[in-house]
Amino acid sequence: MKSLRSLLRRAIVPSLAVVTALLLGAVVIILTDFENLSRIGTDPLGAIGAAVGGVFNGYGAMLTGAFGDPERIRLAFENPSDRTIATAIRPITETLVAATPLIFVGLAVAISFRTGMFNIGGDGQLIVGALGATIVGVGLQTSGLPSLVILVIAIAASVVFGGLWGFIPGFLKARTGAHEVITTIMLNYIGAQVVLFALLGPALRAPGSSQPISKNMSAWVDVPSIISLPAIRLDYGFVAAMVMAAAVSLLLFRTTKGYELRAAGFNMTAARYAGMSAGGSMMLGMTLSGGLAGMGGGFLVIGATGQLTNDLSGGIGFNAIALALLAGLRPSGVVAAGLLFGALTTGGKVMGIQSGIPFDLLFFIMAMVIMFVAAPGLIRSIWRVRVPKPAPEVASVAPTAPAEPV
Amino acid sequence: MRLELREITKRFPGVLANDRISISVDKGQVLGLLGENGAGKTTLMNILSGLYKPDSGEILVDDQPRVFSDPHAAIAAGVGMVHQHFMLVPVFDVVEAVALGAETVRGPLHTFDRAAARRRIVELSERYKLNVNPDLKIETLPVGVRQRVEILKALYRQSDILVLDEPSAVLTPSETEELFGIIRSLAASGTTVIFITHKLNEVIEVADKIVVLRRGRVAGTADPKTATRQELANLMVGRDVELIVPKGPAKPGDVVLNIKDLVVRDDRLELAVKSVDLDVRAGEILAIAGVQGNGQTELVEAITGLRTIDSGEITIGGRHVEKATPRQVSDLGVAHIPEDRGRDGLIAFMSVAENYILDTYHRQPYSRRGVFDLKAVDERATQGVRDFDIRTPSIRTLVTALSGGNQQKVVVAREFSVPVQLVIAAQPTRGLDVGSIEYIHRRIVEQRDAGAAIVIVSTELDEVLAVGDRIAVMFDGRIVGILSGDDATLENLGLLMGGAKFGEGTAA
Ligand SMILES: Nc1ncnc2c1ncn2[C@@H]1O[C@H](COP(=O)(O)OP(=O)(O)OP(=O)(O)O)[C@@H](O)[C@H]1O
Ligand SMILES: [Mg+2]
Repeated sequence: MKSLRSLLRRAIVPSLAVVTALLLGAVVIILTDFENLSRIGTDPLGAIGAAVGGVFNGYGAMLTGAFGDPERIRLAFENPSDRTIATAIRPITETLVAATPLIFVGLAVAISFRTGMFNIGGDGQLIVGALGATIVGVGLQTSGLPSLVILVIAIAASVVFGGLWGFIPGFLKARTGAHEVITTIMLNYIGAQVVLFALLGPALRAPGSSQPISKNMSAWVDVPSIISLPAIRLDYGFVAAMVMAAAVSLLLFRTTKGYELRAAGFNMTAARYAGMSAGGSMMLGMTLSGGLAGMGGGFLVIGATGQLTNDLSGGIGFNAIALALLAGLRPSGVVAAGLLFGALTTGGKVMGIQSGIPFDLLFFIMAMVIMFVAAPGLIRSIWRVRVPKPAPEVASVAPTAPAEPV
Repeated sequence: MRLELREITKRFPGVLANDRISISVDKGQVLGLLGENGAGKTTLMNILSGLYKPDSGEILVDDQPRVFSDPHAAIAAGVGMVHQHFMLVPVFDVVEAVALGAETVRGPLHTFDRAAARRRIVELSERYKLNVNPDLKIETLPVGVRQRVEILKALYRQSDILVLDEPSAVLTPSETEELFGIIRSLAASGTTVIFITHKLNEVIEVADKIVVLRRGRVAGTADPKTATRQELANLMVGRDVELIVPKGPAKPGDVVLNIKDLVVRDDRLELAVKSVDLDVRAGEILAIAGVQGNGQTELVEAITGLRTIDSGEITIGGRHVEKATPRQVSDLGVAHIPEDRGRDGLIAFMSVAENYILDTYHRQPYSRRGVFDLKAVDERATQGVRDFDIRTPSIRTLVTALSGGNQQKVVVAREFSVPVQLVIAAQPTRGLDVGSIEYIHRRIVEQRDAGAAIVIVSTELDEVLAVGDRIAVMFDGRIVGILSGDDATLENLGLLMGGAKFGEGTAA
């Protein structure tokens, strides 16, 4: 009960940030609706009405695109078949599919930031992790092992590869003081080049392709689907992301290692005075962070795409930073924010197709969300909310004080 | 200017920090504000300086009601504040730190007129004998000098009302004397001064009027000409306080801490501890007196494994610890109360409970195989909060929301929460009220009687004399004398401590 209330309290600012960002997005839609705006002189009411209608169209398409079309859901109930059910649930499952890597990398960012390490290298760790999974996946093509076994090994490899990619900047910082922002950014480039190099060689490249694309592994290894219906891509990668969120939460708040990580993140000297190893925390935090991002890459490449391309991440690493901050660096928040970003991207694509509002509006909305979360004062003053405080208990037991100036 | 606070009330989550407080000070008067830890002194002053908005109540300057919606408004009205926890930008030099936000500008581009600012700072520094070198970086300055930089900052802004929140907590006796000189000359030139302290003799010495707060309310007032320390102490705490904790004679046992020919360098790699020999036995309290910056910090860091030593030997309970890590030293049963609690002893954005286990979290009963037993943590932390009378709404409260003295109690409570053979306490009662000092001294004596060896490093001669069974004086990296507690007096300690002129080396 009490924790529910504090959960709600924490959610106030992020929720209002999303609402505000969507409202601003609506303003942008109206202001860039030149067709209708050009009529504003001759038919102002009609023009404004049409423009506002455009907003409802666009956001409506986004909603149905992200969560499902009521009409189709009704059809699925009236006439249940694989096909009708699949069309009804496809939007929401696509949202979960899009959210999965965001949650993995968001957790990665959260854990590193909690350790006081600004890991900007989510992209690199993700793709290097994906490379690890691909090497295993392709390497075990003819091994005859069951798909599930190959999957487990591949995911393990992705964790190791990503973890290594996170460990390097952690190690460099602990040993030489090299700033992790710089080293992780550099390792993003290096990671991308390493993957490109690996894909250009004959070992991984898809036969007959001159592009840097790996063999498609889905014939012999895949992440099992949660729902086996046609065109539904949702697989157990999503479940793994949820499990990892819980694991990160337990690690951070229930274990001594997590405590050390957080302590070092807040106050390095005090951690040292308390006998903790600050360098150890840096390395561990970054390794775990890289491992999580790598695992995200592993599930992405084995599950969703089936093959590795060098543009696999598509900027997930950077969105994940925003997302982790939106989440207040809390694992549960990362899940919520991941679902939100997943819904925005899947819904946004549908909006782009159906209403002609450019998909790029989504980047504007996400950016606004981040800005408002970063500046909670803005949200409070726009919405005039006072984040409620627990009921005050009067600590005063002293006898009544003289009310006169003394 | 005349200042009046009327019926000021301020509530924090779970605490009524100020409860209808009314206070007035006349122009050129020095008001001594006393009160136990968490009584609401800092809160009241933060309201005066525009950092907090009062829930209700009025501020009157020269009988005109004023509303300070932010610190700028307060500064513009002539209120200058030197905070309990300094607020200086460490990488700035003195000129930049002082002029920050009140820069004199020059030319069409409004560039910072450094030369003009520097001239004024030098002039102020000389007029009030602050003795501050304007070109040094803040981070290189000892606390005592940082303090004076804070005062400079307020003077630079032409404050007519100067609030000093526990300025003397970090000062040496001679620095405190200098500070009093500054306060008196400020008051003589018409500045109204509000001076917060826990040291009763200081208010008696420097204040024109004393107000005592207790639990958010005005508990009473006193006249410094007639008030005694005992009266003030009792008024503050609301019961009879023992200013000097009674203790029996020490019964020294085996040597626990043995230091031979120890040489340690400071951060700038200069020799800070120059050949120190020391023996501390079980069941005795060795107090190390000395002006801040004579190698005590480095000595303590060397013992506790925080600093690598140049040469020499250190054994604790017969075990060599020259190369031990802080964890290894602490696991030998060594409690360490660090000198700078905010930086070294606490994690401000963690809760009271989490801070309570900061250096024992890896042991039973708090954790088993790396997993916390949160119930045990909560139980022990609750116990510690109760034992040490830590004023906090809950053990979940972030330490940063506690008053300064209560933060220190969290550290002490934690360090005494496990059995120890050696206690290294640096400034253990810095910033604590008389009631808490009494309590902590009692606990230290208890630890001694239970057979622990105790080392207390303190710049506070009263404290050194009150608890030390033996008193070592450190000067310029050496132990220049060891007196038995009975032989030591303010005078002979003062002579030993002043191997050179007081204050020298703090400013240059
Ligand atoms: N920002 C804050 N948020 C919540 N509680 C606070 C905050 N600041 C102070 N308090 C609470 O208000 C009370 C008064 O604190 P205050 O800092 O004014 O005490 P103080 O008299 O200055 O004590 P000390 O001598 O220890 O510095 C304390 O119980 C403290 O925990
Ligand atoms: Mg205070």
